[in-house]
Amino acid sequence: MNILEKIAAWVLAILWLSPLLYAMWAAFHPPEFATHFNPLAPLTLANFEKAWGYAPFARYFLNTVILVTMVLAAQLVLCTLAGFAFARFEFAGRDIAFALVLVQLMIMPEVLIVENYQTMSRLGLVDTILGIGLPYMASAFGIFLLRQTFKTIPRELEDAARVEGCSWLGVLWRVYVPLARPTYLAYALVSVSYHWNNFLWPLVVTNSVNTRPLTVGLAIFGAPESGVDWSVISAGTLMAVAPLLLAFLLFQRQFMQSFMQAGIK
Amino acid sequence: MKHVYGWLLLAPAAILLVGFTHYPAAATLFQSVFSTGTAVRPSRFVGLGNYAALVEDPTFWQVLGNNFWFALGTIPTSIALALLMAIWVNGKLPARALVRMSYFTPTILPMIAVANLWLYFYTPQIGLLDKVSGLFGAPSHNWLGDPHTVMGCLIAMTIWKEAGFFMIFYLAALQSLPPELEEAARIEGASRWYFFWRVTFPLLMPTTLFVLVNATINSFKLVDHLFILTKGGPDNASNLLLYYIYQVAFSFFDTAYAATLTVILLFLLGVFAILQFQLIEKRVHYR
Repeated sequence: MNILEKIAAWVLAILWLSPLLYAMWAAFHPPEFATHFNPLAPLTLANFEKAWGYAPFARYFLNTVILVTMVLAAQLVLCTLAGFAFARFEFAGRDIAFALVLVQLMIMPEVLIVENYQTMSRLGLVDTILGIGLPYMASAFGIFLLRQTFKTIPRELEDAARVEGCSWLGVLWRVYVPLARPTYLAYALVSVSYHWNNFLWPLVVTNSVNTRPLTVGLAIFGAPESGVDWSVISAGTLMAVAPLLLAFLLFQRQFMQSFMQAGIK
Repeated sequence: MKHVYGWLLLAPAAILLVGFTHYPAAATLFQSVFSTGTAVRPSRFVGLGNYAALVEDPTFWQVLGNNFWFALGTIPTSIALALLMAIWVNGKLPARALVRMSYFTPTILPMIAVANLWLYFYTPQIGLLDKVSGLFGAPSHNWLGDPHTVMGCLIAMTIWKEAGFFMIFYLAALQSLPPELEEAARIEGASRWYFFWRVTFPLLMPTTLFVLVNATINSFKLVDHLFILTKGGPDNASNLLLYYIYQVAFSFFDTAYAATLTVILLFLLGVFAILQFQLIEKRVHYR
Protein backbone atom coordinates (compact mmCIF):
# COMPACT_ATOMS: atom_id res chain seq x y z
CA MET A 1 0.00 0.00 0.00
CA ASN A 2 1.55 3.31 -1.00
CA ILE A 3 1.43 6.51 0.96
CA LEU A 4 -1.32 8.05 -1.16
CA GLU A 5 -3.60 5.15 -0.41
CA LYS A 6 -2.87 5.39 3.29
CA ILE A 7 -3.74 9.06 3.27
CA ALA A 8 -6.93 8.32 1.35
CA ALA A 9 -7.89 5.66 3.91
CA TRP A 10 -7.41 8.12 6.76
CA VAL A 11 -9.21 10.93 5.02
CA LEU A 12 -12.16 8.62 4.45
CA ALA A 13 -12.05 7.58 8.11
CA ILE A 14 -12.15 11.20 9.25
CA LEU A 15 -14.94 11.92 6.79
CA TRP A 16 -16.85 8.94 8.18
CA LEU A 17 -16.48 10.12 11.75
CA SER A 18 -17.17 13.77 10.99
CA PRO A 19 -20.96 13.79 11.50
CA LEU A 20 -20.45 12.32 14.94
CA LEU A 21 -17.53 14.61 15.71
CA TYR A 22 -19.58 17.59 14.64
CA ALA A 23 -22.45 16.54 16.88
CA MET A 24 -20.00 16.37 19.77
CA TRP A 25 -18.70 19.82 18.96
CA ALA A 26 -22.19 21.29 18.87
CA ALA A 27 -23.33 19.43 21.98
CA PHE A 28 -20.44 20.47 24.20
CA HIS A 29 -20.28 24.14 23.18
CA PRO A 30 -22.70 27.04 23.67
CA PRO A 31 -25.21 27.43 20.80
CA GLU A 32 -23.48 30.54 19.40
CA PHE A 33 -20.51 28.32 18.56
CA ALA A 34 -22.61 25.59 16.92
CA THR A 35 -21.59 26.73 13.45
CA HIS A 36 -18.44 28.64 14.45
CA PHE A 37 -15.42 26.47 14.85
CA ASN A 38 -13.24 28.24 17.34
CA PRO A 39 -10.78 26.13 19.31
CA LEU A 40 -11.09 28.56 22.22
CA ALA A 41 -14.86 28.16 22.52
CA PRO A 42 -15.84 27.40 26.09
CA LEU A 43 -17.03 23.89 26.94
CA THR A 44 -20.43 23.41 28.50
CA LEU A 45 -22.91 20.74 29.56
CA ALA A 46 -25.85 23.14 29.38
CA ASN A 47 -27.12 21.61 26.11
CA PHE A 48 -27.44 18.21 27.74
CA GLU A 49 -29.27 19.74 30.67
CA LYS A 50 -31.66 21.51 28.30
CA ALA A 51 -32.27 18.41 26.19
CA TRP A 52 -32.91 16.39 29.33
CA GLY A 53 -35.46 19.01 30.39
CA TYR A 54 -37.20 19.46 27.01
CA ALA A 55 -38.21 15.83 26.63
CA PRO A 56 -38.80 13.05 29.17
CA PHE A 57 -35.57 11.30 28.24
CA ALA A 58 -35.37 9.46 31.54
CA ARG A 59 -38.68 7.79 30.79
CA TYR A 60 -37.66 7.04 27.19
CA PHE A 61 -34.47 5.42 28.43
CA LEU A 62 -36.43 3.32 30.88
CA ASN A 63 -38.89 2.26 28.16
CA THR A 64 -36.10 1.26 25.79
CA VAL A 65 -34.27 -0.68 28.49
CA ILE A 66 -37.47 -2.52 29.43
CA LEU A 67 -38.24 -3.22 25.78
CA VAL A 68 -34.77 -4.47 24.90
CA THR A 69 -34.52 -6.65 28.01
CA MET A 70 -37.98 -8.12 27.57
CA VAL A 71 -37.50 -8.90 23.90
CA LEU A 72 -34.09 -10.46 24.44
CA ALA A 73 -35.21 -12.61 27.38
CA ALA A 74 -38.21 -13.93 25.45
CA GLN A 75 -36.12 -14.49 22.32
CA LEU A 76 -33.50 -16.47 24.20
CA VAL A 77 -36.08 -18.83 25.68
CA LEU A 78 -38.28 -19.24 22.58
CA CYS A 79 -35.42 -19.57 20.12
CA THR A 80 -33.55 -22.04 22.32
CA LEU A 81 -36.58 -24.32 22.54
CA ALA A 82 -37.42 -24.05 18.86
CA GLY A 83 -33.80 -24.32 17.75
CA PHE A 84 -33.38 -27.43 19.89
CA ALA A 85 -36.53 -28.96 18.42
CA PHE A 86 -35.27 -28.38 14.88
CA ALA A 87 -31.76 -29.62 15.64
CA ARG A 88 -32.47 -32.75 17.65
CA PHE A 89 -36.08 -33.91 17.22
CA GLU A 90 -37.43 -35.65 14.19
CA PHE A 91 -41.08 -34.73 14.22
CA ALA A 92 -43.67 -34.80 11.48
CA GLY A 93 -43.66 -31.66 9.32
CA ARG A 94 -40.31 -30.46 10.62
CA ASP A 95 -38.88 -29.40 7.29
CA ILE A 96 -41.99 -27.52 6.26
CA ALA A 97 -42.14 -25.85 9.66
CA PHE A 98 -38.52 -24.81 9.32
CA ALA A 99 -39.10 -23.33 5.87
CA LEU A 100 -42.06 -21.39 7.29
CA VAL A 101 -39.88 -20.06 10.08
CA LEU A 102 -37.34 -18.80 7.56
CA VAL A 103 -40.04 -16.71 5.88
CA GLN A 104 -39.67 -14.24 8.73
CA LEU A 105 -36.07 -13.51 7.73
CA MET A 106 -37.48 -11.79 4.69
CA ILE A 107 -40.79 -10.45 5.99
CA MET A 108 -39.87 -8.70 9.20
CA PRO A 109 -42.79 -7.46 11.33
CA GLU A 110 -42.19 -3.83 10.35
CA VAL A 111 -43.18 -4.59 6.77
CA LEU A 112 -46.61 -5.73 7.98
CA ILE A 113 -47.36 -2.63 10.07
CA VAL A 114 -50.92 -2.33 8.79
CA GLU A 115 -52.12 -5.80 9.78
CA ASN A 116 -50.00 -6.08 12.90
CA TYR A 117 -51.43 -2.82 14.17
CA GLN A 118 -54.93 -4.24 13.79
CA THR A 119 -53.90 -7.41 15.61
CA MET A 120 -52.49 -5.34 18.45
CA SER A 121 -55.64 -3.30 18.78
CA ARG A 122 -57.71 -6.51 18.90
CA LEU A 123 -55.41 -7.81 21.64
CA GLY A 124 -55.66 -4.48 23.45
CA LEU A 125 -51.89 -4.08 23.28
CA VAL A 126 -51.70 -0.78 21.41
CA ASP A 127 -49.55 1.68 23.32
CA THR A 128 -47.91 -0.94 25.54
CA ILE A 129 -44.27 -1.94 25.65
CA LEU A 130 -45.35 -5.57 25.31
CA GLY A 131 -47.09 -4.55 22.08
CA ILE A 132 -43.81 -3.21 20.67
CA GLY A 133 -41.89 -6.33 21.59
CA LEU A 134 -44.33 -9.17 20.95
CA PRO A 135 -43.97 -9.45 17.14
CA TYR A 136 -40.19 -9.82 17.50
CA MET A 137 -40.07 -12.39 20.28
CA ALA A 138 -40.11 -15.42 18.02
CA SER A 139 -37.10 -14.55 15.92
CA ALA A 140 -36.42 -16.67 12.83
CA PHE A 141 -32.85 -15.49 12.88
CA GLY A 142 -32.37 -16.64 16.48
CA ILE A 143 -33.98 -20.01 15.80
CA PHE A 144 -31.82 -20.50 12.73
CA LEU A 145 -28.61 -19.49 14.49
CA LEU A 146 -29.22 -21.76 17.48
CA ARG A 147 -30.30 -24.68 15.32
CA GLN A 148 -27.03 -24.46 13.41
CA THR A 149 -25.02 -24.26 16.62
CA PHE A 150 -26.85 -27.12 18.32
CA LYS A 151 -26.30 -29.29 15.27
CA THR A 152 -22.54 -28.96 15.60
CA ILE A 153 -22.56 -30.30 19.15
CA PRO A 154 -21.53 -33.99 19.14
CA ARG A 155 -24.28 -36.41 20.06
CA GLU A 156 -21.88 -38.37 22.28
CA LEU A 157 -22.03 -35.55 24.81
CA GLU A 158 -25.80 -35.84 24.91
CA ASP A 159 -25.67 -39.62 25.20
CA ALA A 160 -23.19 -39.41 28.05
CA ALA A 161 -25.46 -37.02 29.92
CA ARG A 162 -28.42 -39.30 29.28
CA VAL A 163 -26.54 -42.25 30.75
CA GLU A 164 -25.92 -40.16 33.84
CA GLY A 165 -29.69 -39.89 34.14
CA CYS A 166 -30.23 -36.42 32.71
CA SER A 167 -33.71 -35.72 31.26
CA TRP A 168 -33.67 -34.14 27.80
CA LEU A 169 -34.55 -30.79 29.30
CA GLY A 170 -31.56 -31.30 31.57
CA VAL A 171 -29.48 -32.16 28.53
CA LEU A 172 -30.54 -28.94 26.87
CA TRP A 173 -29.74 -26.88 29.95
CA ARG A 174 -26.49 -28.62 30.97
CA VAL A 175 -24.98 -29.56 27.61
CA TYR A 176 -26.38 -27.55 24.73
CA VAL A 177 -26.89 -24.12 26.26
CA PRO A 178 -23.41 -23.83 27.84
CA LEU A 179 -21.71 -24.98 24.66
CA ALA A 180 -23.63 -22.46 22.57
CA ARG A 181 -22.52 -19.51 24.70
CA PRO A 182 -20.65 -17.65 21.90
CA THR A 183 -23.74 -17.87 19.70
CA TYR A 184 -25.90 -16.49 22.49
CA LEU A 185 -23.52 -13.59 22.97
CA ALA A 186 -23.43 -12.75 19.26
CA TYR A 187 -27.19 -13.00 19.02
CA ALA A 188 -27.73 -10.87 22.11
CA LEU A 189 -25.54 -8.07 20.76
CA VAL A 190 -27.37 -7.98 17.46
CA SER A 191 -30.78 -8.17 19.09
CA VAL A 192 -30.04 -5.40 21.58
CA SER A 193 -28.63 -3.12 18.86
CA TYR A 194 -31.58 -3.84 16.60
CA HIS A 195 -34.23 -3.07 19.18
CA TRP A 196 -32.39 -0.13 20.68
CA ASN A 197 -32.42 1.40 17.19
CA ASN A 198 -35.75 0.14 15.86
CA PHE A 199 -38.19 2.89 14.94
CA LEU A 200 -41.05 2.29 12.52
CA TRP A 201 -43.05 -0.33 14.41
CA PRO A 202 -42.61 1.35 17.82
CA LEU A 203 -43.74 4.62 16.23
CA VAL A 204 -46.87 2.99 14.86
CA VAL A 205 -47.87 1.15 17.99
CA THR A 206 -47.10 3.73 20.71
CA ASN A 207 -48.69 7.07 21.38
CA SER A 208 -47.70 8.16 24.86
CA VAL A 209 -44.65 9.11 26.87
CA ASN A 210 -45.01 6.04 29.07
CA THR A 211 -44.39 3.58 26.26
CA ARG A 212 -42.33 5.44 23.64
CA PRO A 213 -38.79 4.15 23.21
CA LEU A 214 -35.83 6.48 22.75
CA THR A 215 -35.86 6.48 18.95
CA VAL A 216 -39.49 7.59 18.77
CA GLY A 217 -38.93 10.17 21.50
CA LEU A 218 -35.87 11.44 19.68
CA ALA A 219 -37.79 11.75 16.41
CA ILE A 220 -40.43 13.95 18.05
CA PHE A 221 -37.76 15.94 19.84
CA GLY A 222 -35.59 16.43 16.76
CA ALA A 223 -38.35 17.27 14.28
CA PRO A 224 -37.58 20.66 12.68
CA GLU A 225 -40.99 22.00 13.65
CA SER A 226 -40.20 21.46 17.33
CA GLY A 227 -37.97 24.55 17.10
CA VAL A 228 -35.23 23.20 19.33
CA ASP A 229 -31.79 24.52 18.41
CA TRP A 230 -28.92 22.51 16.94
CA SER A 231 -26.81 22.25 20.01
CA VAL A 232 -29.68 20.81 22.00
CA ILE A 233 -30.67 18.35 19.25
CA SER A 234 -27.07 17.20 19.01
CA ALA A 235 -26.94 16.73 22.76
CA GLY A 236 -30.20 14.76 22.74
CA THR A 237 -29.05 12.60 19.84
CA LEU A 238 -25.74 11.83 21.52
CA MET A 239 -27.53 10.91 24.75
CA ALA A 240 -29.78 8.50 22.89
CA VAL A 241 -26.93 6.72 21.11
CA ALA A 242 -24.38 6.92 23.94
CA PRO A 243 -25.02 3.55 25.65
CA LEU A 244 -24.75 1.56 22.45
CA LEU A 245 -21.86 3.64 21.14
CA LEU A 246 -19.88 3.18 24.34
CA ALA A 247 -20.56 -0.56 24.34
CA PHE A 248 -19.35 -0.70 20.75
CA LEU A 249 -16.17 1.23 21.50
CA LEU A 250 -15.40 -1.14 24.36
CA PHE A 251 -16.21 -4.39 22.56
CA GLN A 252 -15.52 -3.52 18.92
CA ARG A 253 -14.29 -6.89 17.78
CA GLN A 254 -17.19 -8.75 19.34
CA PHE A 255 -19.67 -6.32 17.82
CA MET A 256 -18.28 -6.62 14.30
CA GLN A 257 -18.13 -10.39 14.48
CA SER A 258 -21.69 -10.59 15.77
CA PHE A 259 -22.99 -8.31 13.05
CA MET A 260 -21.19 -10.39 10.48
CA GLN A 261 -22.74 -13.61 11.75
CA ALA A 262 -26.09 -11.87 11.73
CA GLY A 263 -25.69 -10.90 8.12
CA ILE A 264 -24.40 -14.20 6.82
CA LYS A 265 -26.99 -16.27 8.68
CA MET B 1 -43.43 -39.17 21.63
CA LYS B 2 -40.71 -37.44 19.62
CA HIS B 3 -43.39 -35.81 17.49
CA VAL B 4 -45.19 -34.44 20.51
CA TYR B 5 -42.04 -33.15 22.18
CA GLY B 6 -40.81 -31.59 18.95
CA TRP B 7 -44.01 -29.66 18.45
CA LEU B 8 -44.30 -28.76 22.13
CA LEU B 9 -40.86 -27.19 22.04
CA LEU B 10 -41.67 -25.36 18.86
CA ALA B 11 -45.18 -24.29 19.86
CA PRO B 12 -44.50 -20.98 21.67
CA ALA B 13 -42.33 -19.64 18.84
CA ALA B 14 -44.65 -21.05 16.19
CA ILE B 15 -47.72 -19.33 17.63
CA LEU B 16 -45.99 -15.95 17.62
CA LEU B 17 -44.53 -16.47 14.17
CA VAL B 18 -47.87 -17.42 12.70
CA GLY B 19 -49.57 -14.57 14.54
CA PHE B 20 -47.20 -11.83 13.42
CA THR B 21 -45.79 -13.04 10.14
CA HIS B 22 -47.88 -15.63 8.33
CA TYR B 23 -51.33 -14.56 9.43
CA PRO B 24 -50.77 -10.85 8.69
CA ALA B 25 -49.18 -11.67 5.33
CA ALA B 26 -52.24 -13.73 4.38
CA ALA B 27 -54.62 -11.15 5.84
CA THR B 28 -52.91 -8.44 3.79
CA LEU B 29 -53.63 -10.39 0.63
CA PHE B 30 -57.23 -10.87 1.77
CA GLN B 31 -57.74 -7.20 2.66
CA SER B 32 -56.38 -6.05 -0.66
CA VAL B 33 -59.49 -7.35 -2.46
CA PHE B 34 -61.88 -5.48 -0.13
CA SER B 35 -62.66 -1.79 0.15
CA THR B 36 -61.82 0.20 3.26
CA GLY B 37 -64.86 0.13 5.56
CA THR B 38 -66.17 3.35 7.10
CA ALA B 39 -68.87 4.00 9.67
CA VAL B 40 -71.40 4.64 6.91
CA ARG B 41 -70.18 2.18 4.31
CA PRO B 42 -68.99 -1.20 5.49
CA SER B 43 -66.12 -2.94 3.75
CA ARG B 44 -67.16 -4.91 0.67
CA PHE B 45 -65.53 -7.21 -1.85
CA VAL B 46 -64.06 -5.23 -4.75
CA GLY B 47 -62.02 -7.92 -6.50
CA LEU B 48 -59.01 -6.38 -8.18
CA GLY B 49 -60.45 -2.87 -7.74
CA ASN B 50 -57.66 -1.77 -5.42
CA TYR B 51 -55.08 -3.02 -7.86
CA ALA B 52 -56.74 -1.10 -10.67
CA ALA B 53 -56.59 2.00 -8.47
CA LEU B 54 -52.94 1.25 -7.81
CA VAL B 55 -52.10 1.14 -11.50
CA GLU B 56 -53.88 4.49 -11.89
CA ASP B 57 -52.17 6.05 -8.87
CA PRO B 58 -49.34 8.32 -10.10
CA THR B 59 -47.92 8.52 -6.57
CA PHE B 60 -47.48 4.76 -6.49
CA TRP B 61 -45.44 4.80 -9.69
CA GLN B 62 -43.45 7.77 -8.48
CA VAL B 63 -42.69 6.04 -5.19
CA LEU B 64 -41.68 2.84 -6.97
CA GLY B 65 -39.45 4.86 -9.27
CA ASN B 66 -37.92 6.62 -6.26
CA ASN B 67 -37.22 3.26 -4.69
CA PHE B 68 -35.50 2.19 -7.88
CA TRP B 69 -33.30 5.31 -7.99
CA PHE B 70 -32.62 5.06 -4.29
CA ALA B 71 -31.46 1.46 -4.77
CA LEU B 72 -29.40 2.35 -7.83
CA GLY B 73 -27.86 5.34 -6.07
CA THR B 74 -26.96 3.59 -2.84
CA ILE B 75 -26.08 0.01 -3.74
CA PRO B 76 -23.21 0.14 -6.27
CA THR B 77 -21.46 3.00 -4.48
CA SER B 78 -21.75 1.53 -1.01
CA ILE B 79 -20.56 -1.87 -2.25
CA ALA B 80 -17.57 -0.34 -4.04
CA LEU B 81 -16.72 1.74 -0.98
CA ALA B 82 -17.15 -1.27 1.29
CA LEU B 83 -14.71 -3.27 -0.81
CA LEU B 84 -12.21 -0.42 -0.83
CA MET B 85 -12.53 0.00 2.92
CA ALA B 86 -12.04 -3.72 3.49
CA ILE B 87 -8.93 -3.82 1.34
CA TRP B 88 -7.48 -0.82 3.17
CA VAL B 89 -8.30 -2.11 6.59
CA ASN B 90 -6.95 -5.55 5.66
CA GLY B 91 -3.62 -4.09 4.52
CA LYS B 92 -0.70 -2.70 6.46
CA LEU B 93 -2.21 0.56 7.59
CA PRO B 94 -1.02 2.57 10.60
CA ALA B 95 -3.81 3.00 13.19
CA ARG B 96 -5.76 0.28 11.40
CA ALA B 97 -8.11 -0.49 14.30
CA LEU B 98 -9.05 3.18 14.55
CA VAL B 99 -9.78 3.43 10.84
CA ARG B 100 -11.85 0.25 10.92
CA MET B 101 -13.82 1.57 13.86
CA SER B 102 -14.53 4.86 12.06
CA TYR B 103 -15.88 3.02 9.03
CA PHE B 104 -18.08 0.74 11.09
CA THR B 105 -19.47 3.24 13.62
CA PRO B 106 -22.44 4.44 11.49
CA THR B 107 -23.76 0.86 11.48
CA ILE B 108 -24.63 0.90 15.15
CA LEU B 109 -26.37 4.29 15.12
CA PRO B 110 -30.16 4.36 14.74
CA MET B 111 -31.34 5.84 11.46
CA ILE B 112 -33.24 8.52 13.41
CA ALA B 113 -30.05 9.73 15.06
CA VAL B 114 -28.24 9.63 11.72
CA ALA B 115 -30.96 11.78 10.18
CA ASN B 116 -30.68 14.24 13.06
CA LEU B 117 -26.93 14.51 12.53
CA TRP B 118 -27.22 14.92 8.77
CA LEU B 119 -30.07 17.40 8.88
CA TYR B 120 -27.50 19.92 9.99
CA PHE B 121 -25.45 19.44 6.83
CA TYR B 122 -28.42 20.00 4.59
CA THR B 123 -30.13 22.93 6.31
CA PRO B 124 -30.12 26.06 4.09
CA GLN B 125 -27.82 28.91 5.12
CA ILE B 126 -26.59 27.55 8.45
CA GLY B 127 -25.91 24.01 7.16
CA LEU B 128 -22.41 22.81 6.41
CA LEU B 129 -23.17 22.06 2.75
CA ASP B 130 -24.33 25.63 2.17
CA LYS B 131 -21.34 27.02 4.03
CA VAL B 132 -18.93 25.03 1.91
CA SER B 133 -20.66 25.88 -1.36
CA GLY B 134 -20.87 29.49 -0.13
CA LEU B 135 -17.07 29.58 -0.06
CA PHE B 136 -17.16 29.08 -3.80
CA GLY B 137 -19.72 31.84 -4.17
CA ALA B 138 -22.71 29.54 -4.81
CA PRO B 139 -26.05 30.90 -3.58
CA SER B 140 -27.85 29.30 -0.65
CA HIS B 141 -29.77 26.21 -1.62
CA ASN B 142 -32.59 24.30 0.08
CA TRP B 143 -31.08 20.86 -0.46
CA LEU B 144 -33.94 18.85 1.02
CA GLY B 145 -36.65 21.16 -0.30
CA ASP B 146 -35.63 20.83 -3.94
CA PRO B 147 -37.01 17.77 -5.77
CA HIS B 148 -33.81 17.62 -7.84
CA THR B 149 -31.39 17.40 -4.94
CA VAL B 150 -33.39 15.70 -2.19
CA MET B 151 -32.80 12.14 -3.39
CA GLY B 152 -29.08 12.74 -3.74
CA CYS B 153 -28.98 13.94 -0.13
CA LEU B 154 -30.71 10.81 1.13
CA ILE B 155 -28.51 8.58 -1.01
CA ALA B 156 -25.30 10.16 0.31
CA MET B 157 -26.46 9.67 3.88
CA THR B 158 -27.48 6.06 3.31
CA ILE B 159 -24.14 5.22 1.72
CA TRP B 160 -22.44 6.64 4.80
CA LYS B 161 -24.66 4.52 7.02
CA GLU B 162 -24.28 1.23 5.12
CA ALA B 163 -20.79 1.01 3.61
CA GLY B 164 -19.12 0.09 6.91
CA PHE B 165 -21.60 -2.70 7.50
CA PHE B 166 -20.91 -4.28 4.13
CA MET B 167 -17.19 -3.80 4.73
CA ILE B 168 -17.11 -6.46 7.45
CA PHE B 169 -18.32 -9.14 5.03
CA TYR B 170 -15.58 -8.29 2.57
CA LEU B 171 -13.09 -8.17 5.39
CA ALA B 172 -14.04 -11.69 6.49
CA ALA B 173 -13.84 -12.93 2.90
CA LEU B 174 -10.45 -11.30 2.33
CA GLN B 175 -9.06 -12.85 5.48
CA SER B 176 -10.16 -16.28 4.33
CA LEU B 177 -8.26 -16.00 1.02
CA PRO B 178 -5.04 -18.05 1.05
CA PRO B 179 -1.99 -15.73 1.35
CA GLU B 180 -0.09 -17.93 -1.14
CA LEU B 181 -2.12 -16.35 -3.93
CA GLU B 182 -0.67 -12.93 -3.31
CA GLU B 183 2.85 -14.30 -2.90
CA ALA B 184 2.56 -16.20 -6.17
CA ALA B 185 1.30 -13.08 -7.93
CA ARG B 186 4.18 -11.04 -6.51
CA ILE B 187 6.74 -13.57 -7.73
CA GLU B 188 5.11 -13.50 -11.16
CA GLY B 189 5.41 -9.73 -11.10
CA ALA B 190 1.69 -9.02 -11.39
CA SER B 191 0.67 -5.48 -10.47
CA ARG B 192 -1.70 -4.97 -7.54
CA TRP B 193 -4.32 -3.67 -9.91
CA TYR B 194 -4.07 -6.75 -12.12
CA PHE B 195 -4.07 -9.05 -9.10
CA PHE B 196 -7.19 -7.38 -7.75
CA TRP B 197 -9.22 -7.67 -10.96
CA ARG B 198 -8.00 -11.11 -11.95
CA VAL B 199 -7.80 -12.86 -8.58
CA THR B 200 -9.31 -11.04 -5.60
CA PHE B 201 -12.43 -9.65 -7.21
CA PRO B 202 -13.56 -12.93 -8.83
CA LEU B 203 -12.91 -14.83 -5.60
CA LEU B 204 -15.02 -12.28 -3.71
CA MET B 205 -17.95 -12.73 -6.09
CA PRO B 206 -20.09 -14.78 -3.68
CA THR B 207 -19.65 -12.04 -1.07
CA THR B 208 -20.53 -9.37 -3.61
CA LEU B 209 -23.71 -11.18 -4.60
CA PHE B 210 -24.63 -11.71 -0.98
CA VAL B 211 -24.10 -8.05 -0.12
CA LEU B 212 -25.97 -7.04 -3.26
CA VAL B 213 -29.12 -8.92 -2.27
CA ASN B 214 -28.95 -7.63 1.30
CA ALA B 215 -28.45 -4.08 0.11
CA THR B 216 -31.43 -4.38 -2.21
CA ILE B 217 -33.65 -5.63 0.61
CA ASN B 218 -32.43 -2.82 2.85
CA SER B 219 -33.24 -0.23 0.24
CA PHE B 220 -36.89 -1.27 0.55
CA LYS B 221 -36.94 -1.48 4.34
CA LEU B 222 -35.00 1.65 5.24
CA VAL B 223 -37.41 4.56 5.64
CA ASP B 224 -36.85 5.83 9.19
CA HIS B 225 -34.81 8.82 8.04
CA LEU B 226 -37.72 10.15 5.98
CA PHE B 227 -39.64 10.89 9.17
CA ILE B 228 -36.97 13.41 10.18
CA LEU B 229 -35.61 14.74 6.93
CA THR B 230 -38.38 15.09 4.36
CA LYS B 231 -41.60 13.27 5.26
CA GLY B 232 -41.45 11.98 1.69
CA GLY B 233 -41.54 15.47 0.21
CA PRO B 234 -41.29 17.81 -1.53
CA ASP B 235 -44.22 16.53 -3.59
CA ASN B 236 -43.31 12.88 -2.96
CA ALA B 237 -39.90 13.44 -4.55
CA SER B 238 -38.24 11.44 -1.77
CA ASN B 239 -41.11 9.12 -0.85
CA LEU B 240 -40.36 5.39 -0.68
CA LEU B 241 -42.74 2.44 -0.82
CA LEU B 242 -42.77 1.52 2.87
CA TYR B 243 -43.13 5.15 3.90
CA TYR B 244 -46.01 5.55 1.46
CA ILE B 245 -47.66 2.49 3.02
CA TYR B 246 -47.29 4.16 6.41
CA GLN B 247 -48.84 7.37 5.11
CA VAL B 248 -51.75 5.64 3.42
CA ALA B 249 -52.49 3.52 6.49
CA PHE B 250 -51.91 5.96 9.32
CA SER B 251 -52.39 9.42 7.81
CA PHE B 252 -55.05 8.75 5.15
CA PHE B 253 -56.56 5.76 7.03
CA ASP B 254 -57.09 3.81 3.81
CA THR B 255 -56.20 0.36 5.16
CA ALA B 256 -57.38 -1.55 2.08
CA TYR B 257 -55.15 0.45 -0.21
CA ALA B 258 -52.29 0.20 2.27
CA ALA B 259 -52.76 -3.58 2.20
CA THR B 260 -52.63 -3.53 -1.60
CA LEU B 261 -49.36 -1.60 -1.50
CA THR B 262 -48.04 -4.03 1.11
CA VAL B 263 -48.78 -6.92 -1.25
CA ILE B 264 -46.51 -5.29 -3.83
CA LEU B 265 -43.79 -4.88 -1.22
CA LEU B 266 -44.19 -8.51 -0.09
CA PHE B 267 -43.98 -9.63 -3.71
CA LEU B 268 -40.75 -7.71 -4.23
CA LEU B 269 -39.23 -9.05 -1.00
CA GLY B 270 -40.31 -12.56 -2.03
CA VAL B 271 -38.46 -12.25 -5.32
CA PHE B 272 -35.32 -11.15 -3.49
CA ALA B 273 -35.75 -14.04 -1.05
CA ILE B 274 -35.78 -16.56 -3.87
CA LEU B 275 -32.68 -14.94 -5.33
CA GLN B 276 -30.97 -15.17 -1.98
CA PHE B 277 -31.84 -18.83 -1.46
CA GLN B 278 -30.46 -19.69 -4.86
CA LEU B 279 -27.33 -17.83 -3.89
CA ILE B 280 -26.94 -19.81 -0.70
CA GLU B 281 -27.34 -23.05 -2.64
CA LYS B 282 -24.60 -21.95 -5.01
CA ARG B 283 -22.34 -21.17 -2.08
CA VAL B 284 -22.70 -24.71 -0.83
CA HIS B 285 -21.53 -25.93 -4.24
CA TYR B 286 -18.39 -23.84 -4.02
CA ARG B 287 -17.23 -25.72 -0.95
